[in-house]
Amino acid sequence: MNRIIVTLFTIFIIQLLVVKKTYGNEGEVRDCFENLNRATFALNMSLDKVIFKPISKGYRKLPSSIRTGTGNALNNLSNLITIPNNLLQGDFGSAANNSARLIINTTLGIAGIFDPANSFGFEKRDKEDFGQTLGVMGVGEGCYLVLPVLGPTTVRDTVGSFIAMNGGDVWHNITVRDDEEYVKEFKESDYWASRVTSGVDFRAKNLEAFNAIEKNSVDLYATVRSLYLQDRKKKINNSSDKTEAMEDGDWDTLENQ
Amino acid sequence: MKVLKNIFGSILILFFLINNSWSKSATEFISSLSSEASNILSSKLSEDEKIIRLKEIGEKSVDIDGVGLYTLGKYRKALNDSQKEQYKELFRNYFLKSFSGRLVGYTDAKIAVLSEEIKNEKYTIVYSKLIGTSDRPEVKIDWRVYTKDPENLLIRDLVIEGLSLARTQKEEFNSIIANNDGNIEALFENLNKFLEN
Repeated sequence: MNRIIVTLFTIFIIQLLVVKKTYGNEGEVRDCFENLNRATFALNMSLDKVIFKPISKGYRKLPSSIRTGTGNALNNLSNLITIPNNLLQGDFGSAANNSARLIINTTLGIAGIFDPANSFGFEKRDKEDFGQTLGVMGVGEGCYLVLPVLGPTTVRDTVGSFIAMNGGDVWHNITVRDDEEYVKEFKESDYWASRVTSGVDFRAKNLEAFNAIEKNSVDLYATVRSLYLQDRKKKINNSSDKTEAMEDGDWDTLENQ
Repeated sequence: MKVLKNIFGSILILFFLINNSWSKSATEFISSLSSEASNILSSKLSEDEKIIRLKEIGEKSVDIDGVGLYTLGKYRKALNDSQKEQYKELFRNYFLKSFSGRLVGYTDAKIAVLSEEIKNEKYTIVYSKLIGTSDRPEVKIDWRVYTKDPENLLIRDLVIEGLSLARTQKEEFNSIIANNDGNIEALFENLNKFLEN
């Protein structure tokens, strides 16, 4: 199993480098496996229709206090992957802020269900992951991929996930990898439960938005691809205030025609 | 020297006045537009009536022809005059149907305009947020307002949580054309299909 992971990882790294050399135009979408991606996307849409959407609708019927608490707890857990990435990106201020949030919310906030850290002045900041860190380090996104169930990603983000699942994510280590040196209470099922709940929580928060996109797209696959790639770019640039899209030079080209 | 000082002072005041009136109108434009849309969405009108009213708003406030040409991207130059006319007509209908269809589901949409940034004489970005509810988180919405004609401000793009709708549309249309060997007629066919449904 390990040999397969290492082989895949190496292929992805080579592919990242090759793609970066081959595609000169940064604005172009690099969908090298489009036919396969479209087939996987169709499968995911069917799964969404039968499983995720109905579950998300049910989740939305829960009292808002329960949903808020669940969202808070999941956000708190995500600090375990955000903090090392803050450090790797040299953002020590955010690392300190998120560490304080993690400690306060896990203890006073009862496993992160409440967010007392906010009232102590430690405000919620953007999440970071290994894919974003690779992006900050200058690694190109590589080809766009659609994974079964997990959905849209890029080669770079997939490499980021491999890093997380091979020691980079503390939550994964203490649950799935049975790293019992410090914490013994958690099981593998806790990890998968948190991942599934996180997906359902996200889907439930965006039910209307997804419906609107689904109903009003002429090529839903291309729409989702564009939204995913723009979102990742924004997160890597940490451009939450002024978006990259505002600087699109094509508007100026239009003026001159 | 005193005369120079006075001239300089007057120019400065004039600059601030122009700038101020310009900025105000972009913010006011978005504020009044969003409150008009919000009133329609929260009203007791039927869905069909809401769609008609929303289409009217889209028609008067969005540079539909400009957005349409932008969304063609690199294929824009390949269009002949007759195709350009056909596309403008198709895109207008597509845009209004899609725009009203996306909005009509939001019955409790309240937008707070926060600030603005004058990019240049052609563009002002107005920053706003869609107030969150118990079911939906707060959403940041930036409006790219085309200010070339100060008497007739028009929206050219909406950037929702950093995601540009115009760019998304451009990549969607470009994907359809690219997957049909650069044939623009394939896009026309898809737009017609959308309009028929």
